[in-house]
Amino acid sequence: MSAITRDEVAHLARLSRLALHEDELDQLAAQLDVIISAVAKVQEVAQGDIPPSSHALPLTNVYRPDEARPGLDPDQALAGAPAVEDERFRVPRILGEEA
Amino acid sequence: MLGLETHVELGTASKMFCSCSTVFGAKPNTQVCPVCLALPGSLPVANGAAVESAIRLGLMLNCSIASWCRFARKNYFYPDMPKNYQISQYDEPLCTDGYLDVAVETPDGPREFRVGIERVHMEEDTGKTSHVGGATGRIHGADYSIVDYNRAGIPLLEVVTKPIEHTGEFAPEAARAYVRELRDLVRSLGISDVRMEEGSLRCDVNVSLMPRGGTEWGTRSETKNVNSLRSVERAVRHEMERQAGLLDAGQRVVQETRHFQEASGTTVSGRSKEEAQDYRYFPDPDLVPVAPSAEWIEELRATLPEPPAAKRARLQAEWGLSDEELRDLVNAEATDLVAATVDAGAPSAEARKWWLNELSRRSTEAEISLSALAITPAQVARIIALVAEGTLTNKLARQVVDGVLNGEGTPDEVVDARGLKVVSDDSALGAAVDAAIADNPDAAEKVRSGKVAAAGALVGAVMKATRGQADAGRARELILERLGAG
Ligand SMILES: [Zn+2]
Repeated sequence: MSAITRDEVAHLARLSRLALHEDELDQLAAQLDVIISAVAKVQEVAQGDIPPSSHALPLTNVYRPDEARPGLDPDQALAGAPAVEDERFRVPRILGEEA
Repeated sequence: MLGLETHVELGTASKMFCSCSTVFGAKPNTQVCPVCLALPGSLPVANGAAVESAIRLGLMLNCSIASWCRFARKNYFYPDMPKNYQISQYDEPLCTDGYLDVAVETPDGPREFRVGIERVHMEEDTGKTSHVGGATGRIHGADYSIVDYNRAGIPLLEVVTKPIEHTGEFAPEAARAYVRELRDLVRSLGISDVRMEEGSLRCDVNVSLMPRGGTEWGTRSETKNVNSLRSVERAVRHEMERQAGLLDAGQRVVQETRHFQEASGTTVSGRSKEEAQDYRYFPDPDLVPVAPSAEWIEELRATLPEPPAAKRARLQAEWGLSDEELRDLVNAEATDLVAATVDAGAPSAEARKWWLNELSRRSTEAEISLSALAITPAQVARIIALVAEGTLTNKLARQVVDGVLNGEGTPDEVVDARGLKVVSDDSALGAAVDAAIADNPDAAEKVRSGKVAAAGALVGAVMKATRGQADAGRARELILERLGAG
């Protein structure tokens, strides 16, 4: 039984803004299938009394005091920008969506 | 049916997951660091004060506080977040299942609605995107965007209501009353300045109608970023009318995001939600769970202020106000200001009179809120005291208000600098009285012959000569004395 369908790979690719060719979809579906099946094996073992974990450390309540400290200066901050205008990051326009 | 999602920007000194400053209005990209710019290798750490604020708001809204919950990544591609995700909470919100009671004025008197609170969760604000080229500011037709990340990472609390039913035709008023009550409650906690015009409190408004004779709610629309109390009411009313129009015409309501147009009071279609967003939420592995102990929660419960509704009821009783008088005070947003003025020593009736009349007029003229006037409740109390002790007349007091609003200093400094004291010491006043008698022999003669009413003209002359600064009562006494009619 396949763990992931070709359509699901296409959906994930679109969400990740990856332009995949038809043949790449088939290839990746097969590869992802192997990965997901391997993870599923772990799930078989970790049943019942073992809660799923999202963190490597058994810590809770790690907080920072609410104190403002200087960050990067604007030149540093913008150093990695693809383009800069008006001290702001200049990015391509986004079509169709306003978050 | 109504649903409201309200974002409250917290007034913490630093951001939600990094130590960058949150001061409003700084130059672009001057309050950023590797964490909020998502540079490789950076790690977020939650702001303890923001978590406390979230718990306190949850408690004020009668919510249960989760004993264990996590942050989640909300994944989407949009340049307002450099990480390509926003840290939020998904299926494990910190606060759940509360309520807030709100009152709405109806033609049949006030009606109370209980608004259920589904959840309060923590998240971070996004950066500010401006669209350049094409149409003015609107994304449509823009050639590119420029982004300022100062706001990215500022802590937000999102308060989500349960579906609000049974408000019927009063849904617009109920929506407004809810947002106002929530705003006052957040303000009483001191966790945000809740300035809607600056965006530190903003609302998404969901509206759906039940077709006549139907039993199920229709498709809902979601109107984004409604940024004033008045707009909340108008947006709901417009959506009710628009959807009713569609249904009456046999058309269907499309599930979509809409945008409120401040100028026309209408909403226009944004992106269609026919295809549901897939945010692929998952627990953020960089942040450890939030697990407030019962002791911590009780400690925070002990810090809660008097709820605004209870405070209003208490003040109404203490000040002996009718329901109508209280409503005027609330509608003028003057309750807390009057209370602070009373705390500074003024009688409540005087405090109320000043804030509702003179100062309300000034704020209307200046087109700012009452609380934004450059005069403090303590200063108003001082002016009231100066009138009470006879140093100022009401007319002079208004000039003192002018001076304080003008930035000329405290009331006492303005009185000194402008020389506004009432002239009541007899030597100074006496000279003005003598002059008035000499200049108005006819009136003086009438008073001498017993027509005391004619003294008014002489008092008027004294007031004119002293540019309104004389103590009129004392002037009258002196005039009558001098003319043997006292
Ligand atoms: Zn930062």
